[in-house]
Amino acid sequence: MSRLLTVSPSPHIASDQSVEKLMQGVVISLIPAFLVTLYVFGLGALIITTISVITCVLAELTIQKYMMKTEVRIHDGSAIVTGLLLAFNLPSNLPWWMVVLGAVFAIGIGKMTYGGLGNNPFNPALVGRVFLLISFPVQMTSWPLPVESRMQYLDAATGATPLGILKEAVRNGESLPDVMNQIPDHMQLFLGQMGGSLGEISALALVLGFFWLLYKRILTWHIPVFTVATVFVFTGILWLANPDKNATPLFHILTGGLMLGAIYMATDLVTSPMTKTGMIIYAAGIGIITVVIRVFGAYPEGVSFAILIMNAFVPLINKYIKPKRFGEEVKHG
Amino acid sequence: MLRTFHKGGIHPPESKLSAHKPIQVLPVPGTVAILLSQHMGAPAKVIVNKGDEVKTGQIIARGEGFLSGNIHSSVSGKVSRIEEVQDVSGYRRQAVFIDVAGDEWEDGINLDTNLDKEIRYDGPEILKRITEAGIVGMGGATFPTHVKLTVPRGKKAECLVINGVECEPYLTSDHALMLEKGEEIMVGIQLLKKALQVNKAYIGIENNKPDAIEKMRDLASALDGIEVFALQVKYPQGGEKQLIKAITGREVPSGGLPVDVGVVAFNVGTVFAVYEAVQKNKPLIDRIVTVTGKAVKNPSNFIARIGTSISDLIEAAGGMPENAGKVISGGPMMGKALSGTNIPVVKGTSGILILAEEESTRLKTQPCIRCAKCVTVCPMGLEPYLLMTLSERSLFDRLETEHVMDCIECGSCSYTCPASRPLLDFIRLGKSNVGKIIRTRKK
Ligand code: SF4
Ligand code: SF4
Repeated sequence: MSRLLTVSPSPHIASDQSVEKLMQGVVISLIPAFLVTLYVFGLGALIITTISVITCVLAELTIQKYMMKTEVRIHDGSAIVTGLLLAFNLPSNLPWWMVVLGAVFAIGIGKMTYGGLGNNPFNPALVGRVFLLISFPVQMTSWPLPVESRMQYLDAATGATPLGILKEAVRNGESLPDVMNQIPDHMQLFLGQMGGSLGEISALALVLGFFWLLYKRILTWHIPVFTVATVFVFTGILWLANPDKNATPLFHILTGGLMLGAIYMATDLVTSPMTKTGMIIYAAGIGIITVVIRVFGAYPEGVSFAILIMNAFVPLINKYIKPKRFGEEVKHG
Repeated sequence: MLRTFHKGGIHPPESKLSAHKPIQVLPVPGTVAILLSQHMGAPAKVIVNKGDEVKTGQIIARGEGFLSGNIHSSVSGKVSRIEEVQDVSGYRRQAVFIDVAGDEWEDGINLDTNLDKEIRYDGPEILKRITEAGIVGMGGATFPTHVKLTVPRGKKAECLVINGVECEPYLTSDHALMLEKGEEIMVGIQLLKKALQVNKAYIGIENNKPDAIEKMRDLASALDGIEVFALQVKYPQGGEKQLIKAITGREVPSGGLPVDVGVVAFNVGTVFAVYEAVQKNKPLIDRIVTVTGKAVKNPSNFIARIGTSISDLIEAAGGMPENAGKVISGGPMMGKALSGTNIPVVKGTSGILILAEEESTRLKTQPCIRCAKCVTVCPMGLEPYLLMTLSERSLFDRLETEHVMDCIECGSCSYTCPASRPLLDFIRLGKSNVGKIIRTRKK
């Protein structure tokens, strides 16, 4: 034998999965939602998304190269995904420099301070979003009107979101069925004809993306399905108890950031639990906290907070919820 | 619905290049090197000396001690030396080198190939013949068969599970054996049933071998108490515990043996060896070896004498490919990479797989993205990402409480990890350390 053979331990073959491919899959799955947002919010959506993605990638590059002096890993695509998801959580008329701030915060504080991809306990995009929400509450909660102002960016005409209208009405003691007339019907909500953040408006587009993620085995169904189901059941109970004061469960799952949160934000691989049972507990927690904030809290929307709160519990869930081992107990078939 | 096991598992590409290739007899080589450790336990005690003339099938080393087994000469000729040779694990171990002269067999071995269906011995005699013949598990585990057949006191064997799964990609030796020696395997199963005093035997074959399933079903239908199960294709279904679960629904307890749930399992290759030992008085001196790989000219199934150099096998399959990067003894999931090819075939050599250079290098390790894929695919319900971290940090107590010893080293975790993390490498390291700790504690 003249040539040297490679000697390494088994296994000697590997699947064709890679971090890059996972991230690519996520990006592809976001295409339908992106097309909807381009149609509904037009120029603003394009500007915000571009700035957010570019800033995230540059921030990661700069931090890895000049501050942490480690290997630059932007090619794994995770910064692109964070940038897209952050943009999807912002209103389309947000001033560009706020987007930059949010993106730098998401990557810098949300991800790199913990050591980069895989080590961060909180979803970086949500860290960025909540930072912006707390710093710029007015700009973060003014939403351009769908479709009609899509050729404008900063000077787009604004209006309230369905959840905002709802909260306002409840506060003023108006009867809900009246208020519902001002809100797009369920079908319009499903398709995305409403005010809101870039990526949260069309449940249909998000669900399409979800199917793609399932098909590519990037996600399992547990977290999205259980999050949405928990919200549905919880708001259903409230609605049955008092239909005058509470919106229908269908309204709740179609509005606000619930679909986006359940499918894309809560399922972030790094910050969600490792076992199926853990995922179900985590998802149920997100669902319950979301409804509590929406119905009883000061904010009209609570998905982001709910996810961040449950992110904090993930290490605990991973510690106590173990997969069932083979042969843990004798099974006689 | 096809049966299968339900926890974890993966679907690597099957790559069964040598399926449906007939079994070819590899010519007897000029010299053989017969290792004295071809089984799990201590090496067998050599009973021939340099210069001795031996015949094919003559015993040359006795298995003494619990998990040991007899070793026979696979050729006739003269013992040229007894010295160390490298084995598949890279260790140097004692071997008997024999220069071949002719092919003269030991008296009493029946060389005709007629099917002998008559069951003429009682249980103890069957067991004695199996012990004499030095049969070990041919699926690769090399656990001595006679030990498996001796059911510990207080336990009871209720059924036999026969492993025709061959879930490792590329390998086809069991498939070829079932197609060509199905009748003999059926006799072997009856012998084993008798030795264990059980009434039921279940054969598990994955659904990617429909011809073998049909043939074995056909043969079993004429017999009492042998049933064939077509199984959904899933790795590592050939793992003893997974196969027993798939067929019987029983779960071997953590740290336990199949017989704890009333099952004794054998590979079809082992069953064939049992047939030959009991019916033909032929000790285990040859076996079927698949030689395969995408770069190999003629992927084939050979019947080779134990002690034949792996390089001879590769020659017979068309020679070492130009772009060979890795030579593996066994399959791609659990096989061992070899540093050279001048290594003798042993009783546990199920195949030789040659990977091209570009298939041989591992991808660069990336940070864990906590995707949980390794947890999902682990057939033992472990958390590979956690075991690797604990092993990296030498936290052996935690490793033990996280049940690292349950790992069957199937490699599904490393295979799946999108970050190309060498999970099993570290888990093995952890296992060997925890194993040492457990052993010292017992002392
Ligand atoms: S499969 Fe790899 S990346 Fe995913 S959790 Fe396991 S070790 Fe981490
Ligand atoms: S090698 Fe061990 S830890 Fe990895 S999947 Fe197989 S049994 Fe689980």
